Amino acid sequence: MSAFSAIGEEREIDRNEYTPEIEPQPTWCPGCGDFGVLKALKGALPEVGRTPEETLLVTGIGCSGKLNSYLDSYGFHTIHGRSLPVARAAKLANPDVEVVAAGGDGDGYGIGGNHFMHTARENHDMTYIVFNNEIFGLTKGQTSPTSPKGHKSKTQPHGSAKTPIRPLSLSLTSGASFVARTAAVNPNQAQRILKEAMEHDGFAHIDFLTQCPTWNKDAKQYVPYTDINESDDYDFDPTNRADAQELMRETEDKLYEGEVLTGVYYREDDRPSYQEEKQQIGEMPDEPLAERYFDGDYEWERSYDRFIDKHK
Amino acid sequence: MSDDELIWRIAGGSGDGIASTSQNFAKALMRSGLHVFTHRHYPSRIRGGHTYVEVRASADPVKSRGDGYNFLLALGDSFARNPQEEAYYGNEEVKPLSENLDELREGGVIVYDSGLLDPSEIPDFDERVEENDWHVYDIDLRSLARDQGREVMRNTAGVGVTCAITGIPLDAIEELMRDAMPEKILEPNVEIMETASDLVREEYDVDAPDVSVPTGEHDEEQVLMSGSDAIAYGAIDEGCRFIAGYPMTPWTEVFTIMSQNLPELGGISEQVEDEIAAAALAIGASHMGVKAMSGSSGGGFALMGEPLGLAEMTETPLVLIEAMRAGPSTGMPTKPEQADLEHVLYTSQGDSQRVVLAPGTVAEAYEASRRAFQLAYEYQIPTMIVYDQKLSGELTNVPASHFDREPNPDIGATLTEEELADQPHTADGKFHRFQHEGENGVSPRSVPGQKAGRYLATGNEHNPAGHISEDPDNRVAQMDRRQRKLDAIREDLDGDGLLVEHGPEEAEYGVLTFGSQQGTVEEAVDRLNEDGHSVKALTVAELAPYPADAVRAFLDSVDEALVVEMNASAQFRGLTQKELGTHGEMLSSLLKYNGNPFEPAEIVEGFTTKIVDDGELPGNETKFVPAAGD
Repeated sequence: MSAFSAIGEEREIDRNEYTPEIEPQPTWCPGCGDFGVLKALKGALPEVGRTPEETLLVTGIGCSGKLNSYLDSYGFHTIHGRSLPVARAAKLANPDVEVVAAGGDGDGYGIGGNHFMHTARENHDMTYIVFNNEIFGLTKGQTSPTSPKGHKSKTQPHGSAKTPIRPLSLSLTSGASFVARTAAVNPNQAQRILKEAMEHDGFAHIDFLTQCPTWNKDAKQYVPYTDINESDDYDFDPTNRADAQELMRETEDKLYEGEVLTGVYYREDDRPSYQEEKQQIGEMPDEPLAERYFDGDYEWERSYDRFIDKHK
Repeated sequence: MSDDELIWRIAGGSGDGIASTSQNFAKALMRSGLHVFTHRHYPSRIRGGHTYVEVRASADPVKSRGDGYNFLLALGDSFARNPQEEAYYGNEEVKPLSENLDELREGGVIVYDSGLLDPSEIPDFDERVEENDWHVYDIDLRSLARDQGREVMRNTAGVGVTCAITGIPLDAIEELMRDAMPEKILEPNVEIMETASDLVREEYDVDAPDVSVPTGEHDEEQVLMSGSDAIAYGAIDEGCRFIAGYPMTPWTEVFTIMSQNLPELGGISEQVEDEIAAAALAIGASHMGVKAMSGSSGGGFALMGEPLGLAEMTETPLVLIEAMRAGPSTGMPTKPEQADLEHVLYTSQGDSQRVVLAPGTVAEAYEASRRAFQLAYEYQIPTMIVYDQKLSGELTNVPASHFDREPNPDIGATLTEEELADQPHTADGKFHRFQHEGENGVSPRSVPGQKAGRYLATGNEHNPAGHISEDPDNRVAQMDRRQRKLDAIREDLDGDGLLVEHGPEEAEYGVLTFGSQQGTVEEAVDRLNEDGHSVKALTVAELAPYPADAVRAFLDSVDEALVVEMNASAQFRGLTQKELGTHGEMLSSLLKYNGNPFEPAEIVEGFTTKIVDDGELPGNETKFVPAAGD
């Protein structure tokens, strides 16, 4: 028996495999957009052909961080803002495992903003879903990095003086090779984009608009969305970086004012992922590092044989 | 002046080749059969500033830098550019000479580069030379080097002069230069060394040398190694193939050694955006079943408190290295201190537990590194090695055979798929990763990709399958199990004999220390016993879980004890009192926190003043803290 026989197993995957039968049931509020992410992910994973046991879902803190409690794959629920560095190393240690990271807008664009920028620039082969509801949910309704200017909350009683972060532009500028926006109220599009993201070889960032019916009733999450990949009005080529940048700028300027554009904004298919780059320069083994620890025949080098002469 | 040892100090500016020259010199002395120990002192800047390295050599084993020194090679700081007092301290131009006179022993030798240094700028230089019977060689090393190669090669000229004065054959140095230098610069260097040596032989009476080099012989082959080398090699031998870090002195040394070698060993090294990420990456790799490490120094380690707690709660094996330097904040980046002890012991929230090992010597650093990985992976608990800039950078000779060990890639309490199939699972197929029972508190794990191993790892309190749980019974069961690991680890460690007692079995007084002060304390204790006192020493190399029984037994066997540590707040004494809950009235502290490690004589003086004479020691860099009582 191989050490990781769940990896690469070819079989029909029932989407119910990802759904725990017993416990726990989601603690999200009724009407929460997070249900939409969960549903789309459960739909996309079998489509990509990934079994629950070859999938690792790494999350941050907040309502979104509980995602992997309700999806029956391997899971790692980390700490505020740190899902990406944990996920990055997991992927490097065993690239055969499908690694999906997820977190909220506070988690990913606020406290974890630095990791977001660096993971994007390194182009790690993983999918990163940011639940963007423009609010801190689990801490009960504080202003987040994506809350619109003027947003009032208990911690910003006079209205936020800050311009909201531009997640798509930030991600593209940082170097992500797949940038998309979708919304919990568009389950079909969400599932399609998630599938594309997981199949993409590189860092795929999805800004996932999720409504927060409890703390952010006034936000724009309920407006109709236009899919730029399907709308005749746009005739959009997602491999054109300049067009992507231009459209991101426009939509992020008026995200809080009306029409919300969703879809795959940018996709760079010919760029090697970080792990491929590392392999090319000889800084990463061809076989998954994790396998070696289960291989009784592997010959481990000793420091004595390799280094002792230079100290004599 | 003692004839049985040479302590050679080479001084100059950073960037003048002080470190590489001294390393070669030390290795040549080691190869000739001597025991060596180096001590490195350098400022936090790239070029210029006062820097020196001491190389102590003796026929007998040496465990510390020794007291003072007897041979000064003052090269001159070619990058001197801060003549004003405010910038650092003293006059940069003449510092390599002026800053190094206080500890030069009576009858010692001074070789200075008259091409760069002007002793007339040093007040009372001539008077001090006469008073101390110093033998001065003023040689224009700069011109000599420039004439036959390049000015920067004056360090080699200085070595040539040293060899001529002390009678060390040039061949040994030349051989090492051959290994280290490309042909193009080797030739002029050899020529410069020979010319400098000949010059001294012609102009001075070297048949009656002022300082002679002892002769010795080793029983077995030796290697010259630093604590950083030893920690890195220990990690490699335990199968560590993943490191993530962010550069910070002095942790950078381990990080660099690992990064330069892991790719060839089939491993992965990641330099990342910050220390939170670094520790989180190590957790991510370890979660997948790979042996991983990270580390930092004080300020960077402060950022790791958060992932440290995550590793503990998710029971992910994690090895972290903490190379202490003087703080608070960025403190003195290149100076040793042992003041991060409490930081390492107590950082992170909640009832968090970790293992902390504190090696005292280079040989022990290798053992501690291996042990850290074994404990982390067997018990699934964060394990730390705390040491300091002193142990990190000092070179000493160790028998090569000490490192001739078999590798151990075992990843501890991790199940195979066959084993996983027989483990308890919940009805929906999730593996009971965090069972309430568990021998020694350990609940074996699976890794992603394994069949029948699905579970959720979370930093929240969780039930056996890993789901977030606030159930009070589960909470108590999980907490108790995690705490139980510590008792089992303590029992394991007690069998290791890592606590090092030194001196007579029966003694009136004790000296208690930890970490890098071990060798210095032991030399001081030997000297005190030679002087007719009755003293023994105990070095504690395991700080958490604390070896309370062993320390209690040691303290019970003496009347009074001096606790020696490099910090201002007596943190190790505080830990000892906390853990023992008694013995406070018999402990006094000898503390040093001026940026330099103890010399044996300071410990002898401290012991004599405080313990023997019951007095107070003058000076602000070394002080006693009165016993606090129980």
